[in-house]
Amino acid sequence: METIYLLFILMLAIVTGFELISKVPATLHTPLMSGANAISGISLVGAILSAGSADTWVTIVLGTAAVTFATINVVGGYLVTDRMLAMFKKKEAKK
Amino acid sequence: MNFNFELLINLGYIVASLLFIIGVKQLSSPETARRGNLNSSIGMLLAVILTLLNKDIVSYEWIILGIVLGSLIGAPAARLVKMTAMPEMVALFNGSGGIASLLVGWAVYQVGSGLGIGTMLPIFLSVLIGGITFTGSIIAYTKLAELIDGKPTIFTGQHILNIILIAVTVVLGVFIVIEPTGITHLFGLEAYWLFITVIVLAGILGILLVIPIGGADMPVVISLLNSFSGLAAAAAGFVINNNVLIVSGSLVGASGIILTNIMAKAMNRSIGNVLFSGFGATTAGHGKVVQGEVKPISAGDAYLVLESARSVVFVPGYGMAVAQAQHVVKELGDLLEANDIEVNYAIHPVAGRMPGHMNVLLAEANVEYDKLREMEDINPTMNTVDVAVVIGANDVVNPAAREDESSPIYGMPIINVDYARTVIILKRSMRSGFAGIENPLFFKENSRMLFGDAKQSIQALVSEFKAT
Repeated sequence: METIYLLFILMLAIVTGFELISKVPATLHTPLMSGANAISGISLVGAILSAGSADTWVTIVLGTAAVTFATINVVGGYLVTDRMLAMFKKKEAKK
Repeated sequence: MNFNFELLINLGYIVASLLFIIGVKQLSSPETARRGNLNSSIGMLLAVILTLLNKDIVSYEWIILGIVLGSLIGAPAARLVKMTAMPEMVALFNGSGGIASLLVGWAVYQVGSGLGIGTMLPIFLSVLIGGITFTGSIIAYTKLAELIDGKPTIFTGQHILNIILIAVTVVLGVFIVIEPTGITHLFGLEAYWLFITVIVLAGILGILLVIPIGGADMPVVISLLNSFSGLAAAAAGFVINNNVLIVSGSLVGASGIILTNIMAKAMNRSIGNVLFSGFGATTAGHGKVVQGEVKPISAGDAYLVLESARSVVFVPGYGMAVAQAQHVVKELGDLLEANDIEVNYAIHPVAGRMPGHMNVLLAEANVEYDKLREMEDINPTMNTVDVAVVIGANDVVNPAAREDESSPIYGMPIINVDYARTVIILKRSMRSGFAGIENPLFFKENSRMLFGDAKQSIQALVSEFKAT
């Protein structure tokens, strides 16, 4: 039953995703992509659970590597997106 | 303690999911985009903190090590990367997300015994999609950073090899999912080694997916890989039965697919066509061979043409990014405006190497937002423009897309620079652009070629203006 319930969530989230950004101005294509990319670093949650419960050297290596890569994705992704958006912001303020 | 941590964590995950949804929504509008990114990062922080409270976590040292390492790599990379190198940076971050999902799936498989189909199927998917995303992004990175040739790599039997590899992967997947830990006799290998084989195959598939794709098709591939990294995270969500992964992963998957579609549409091609045709490297014609003479122009004469114009449109392409010419372009634009000349920037949706590439570069150079005009917006007014200045763009201004049915890009929407009174094309040499498609624009009556590095050429024009 749990799987069915998760599939429901999957379906609703996909529909939401399609509806949310049907129209994006070209200027925002890159920030949207890199901002979404940062969100995909949510695997970090799974990575933390793996690394925190690891008890053999294989799982420790896998878990720690997963946390590292996911953190690169999350931290790098959000910072770089913010940096880009800050450039757009600056001009609007000047107008 | 009677307090129900489990419930608290799950309620918090709902809030985090909501923050992601609001964040993505806000990211799609210029006024709210920055707040959207902030909201989404707060959602991420919340999700991470809640996860750290999970009772299954027995030790924190490896988590801390990973987070510290990841931050030490990710933060400086994001801070220091040049705007012109943004496509390859995004590709690398994307690859990191992909391999993280792969490793999460692998780690659960490594620990688990007697995992059911409900867990094994998502493990297979997260490893497969995550692996493809990882190696695909790495190849995209090496192409974008010009560590390897950006041209499509095509070899005989490529399609057949792809089909065989996909078939083998699916067969192995079925075996693993049905009999996760038992001994199967497929090729005399244990299930565990079949699993490792799937990881290797996923990696190879990612490489094969991206090597036949040429530089000009990169925007499509980058956004597709972005979508994959979301799908991999969603699959990992099914592995660990976690809602927040499923919600955010599928949000990214859906938005990535929309963006991929916008890009493909801007090239008048289907996603399948981009992925499987090896654009420009096929034996199909390169369009009619154009005969004629090109008319070079010196910077001094180009200055005179610009100076007497009333309206000028800049059309940037990947060449502007390579030459890092965006700042001098803005400087020239300002000088023109100071002379009461109307200046606009026409941006083709697939100009450059990622969606919105040119917008980012011109924003970095402080070009005002409302001067960046989209293709549909600028084309109807093109015949009233005095001078169109093409800076390192080629295919996106190639009139063969309109006129020559034998051209590989026939039907692709282009910016109609040839309708302007004069077209000045900044180009390094007469070498035809990506994929060797003939460009009849260069031979048109109203075209003038200003040869040389884009940055130096623009710089020369700026000096001419300043000298007077």
